[in-house]
Amino acid sequence: MNWFRFASPASFFPLAARLTPWFGGAAAVFAAAGLYLGLIAAPTDAQQGDAYRIIFVHVATAWMSMFIYLVMAFWCAMSLMFNARLAAMMAQALAPTGALFTALALITGALWGKPTWGTYWAWDARMTSELILLFLYFGYMALRQAIDEPRRADRASALLALVGAVNVPIIYFSVKWWNTLHQGASVSLTSAPTMAAVMLAGMLLMALAAWFYSIAIALTRVRAVILERERHAGWAGEVALAAKAAR
Amino acid sequence: MTDATAEAAAPSPPGAWRGAAWAMRRDLRLAMRSKAELGVQLLFYVIVVALVPLGVGPDPALLRALGPGVLWVAALLASLLALPRLFAMDFADGTLEQMALSPYPLPALISGKIAAHWLATGLPLVAASPLLGLQFGLGGDELTVLALGLLLGTPTLSLMGAVGAALTLGLRNGALLALLVLPLYVPILIFGAGAVDAVRTGLGATAELSLLAAALMASLVGATLAAAAAVRMALD
Repeated sequence: MNWFRFASPASFFPLAARLTPWFGGAAAVFAAAGLYLGLIAAPTDAQQGDAYRIIFVHVATAWMSMFIYLVMAFWCAMSLMFNARLAAMMAQALAPTGALFTALALITGALWGKPTWGTYWAWDARMTSELILLFLYFGYMALRQAIDEPRRADRASALLALVGAVNVPIIYFSVKWWNTLHQGASVSLTSAPTMAAVMLAGMLLMALAAWFYSIAIALTRVRAVILERERHAGWAGEVALAAKAAR
Repeated sequence: MTDATAEAAAPSPPGAWRGAAWAMRRDLRLAMRSKAELGVQLLFYVIVVALVPLGVGPDPALLRALGPGVLWVAALLASLLALPRLFAMDFADGTLEQMALSPYPLPALISGKIAAHWLATGLPLVAASPLLGLQFGLGGDELTVLALGLLLGTPTLSLMGAVGAALTLGLRNGALLALLVLPLYVPILIFGAGAVDAVRTGLGATAELSLLAAALMASLVGATLAAAAAVRMALD
């Protein structure tokens, strides 16, 4: 089987349509199991009460926020190296999901912080670098939006994503260093208590759910992107007509 | 006869250093002809710094604590304000396209332009910073490290900013450049302002200054190549 066949938007489009329900279904199953473990099966924390349960959402979103940027940078590198349109479309489809998870990680972190440490926001190393990551996502999406010509938008935003990916570790370590030098009223996030196995299982299931959700939503969005950008191709017109007839 | 025409058509082979030197001389000459514009950019830096005491009050201890951060954030903003002039005019009148077509390597020409841009817009900030630091009550060692940090850091800002300036060439959204560039400036800000703090607490600023120098070396190569690639994308 020739896998490179699916590098063409026309042949990837139906494949994405067939895969989406599977990934979406898996995300729903994992989320249901993870939420059951997290909200019902896991015991109440001795120190934090029930407020800690937000980590089942928070940890998964924080992991995905960083992971999606890496995947996006990977597709951007593919698009620059092989001049592959579909790779650029994948990066374009991933960016909003990455920004969403970054924003959710910040919001759930703030909601967790208030009952636990008494403050919504502290200039902690992780929170600050997560905020900067959100700016990087916004910059990528804004640059794409600003360029009318799709091919230039692909290449310029890909270069930006790669520059960002090179800088993300540098930013993270500089912020971490900055944080250790300014020991003020900061809260210690690193002294996590040992975790019950059921909590860990719930968190991993939620992370899997977020992962499969990201794949499903990225495949759905990439189909929209393909249709929009290939609208001048004959096959895309047929797809659109068939969808109209089905409705 | 044929030898003579061949000679005229192919002068000495174009080298990277000659290209960089040519682009730098050209841009410096252009900059010297718009001194008023450069003066306004330096004044922007001075004014932003002067606004802070008006905002937070004249308490000397507070100003001394805020000083390094304020001077560095203002330097970031001033550097950002100067970025559009790096490529925009050459892009509009077609000079940039001719540069890309010339036999000189484009990264060399771009690095010459960035060097001239820093000499015209970055170096004045470095020169003015000790004076502004005095107004915030910084002492001798702090002023030295502040100026040294800016001397190492502002070229890096120009280099990384050049990538953003090239990516946004010809786009209508002017504020976009700030969104692209400022997050990337974060490490430079942290190390630059941190160097002054380190001297103040008696730790010594060697580590911070070394990191600033390392960032400069890395961006000399990486940012120049990325900026040249971005210019080519804009010209396509």
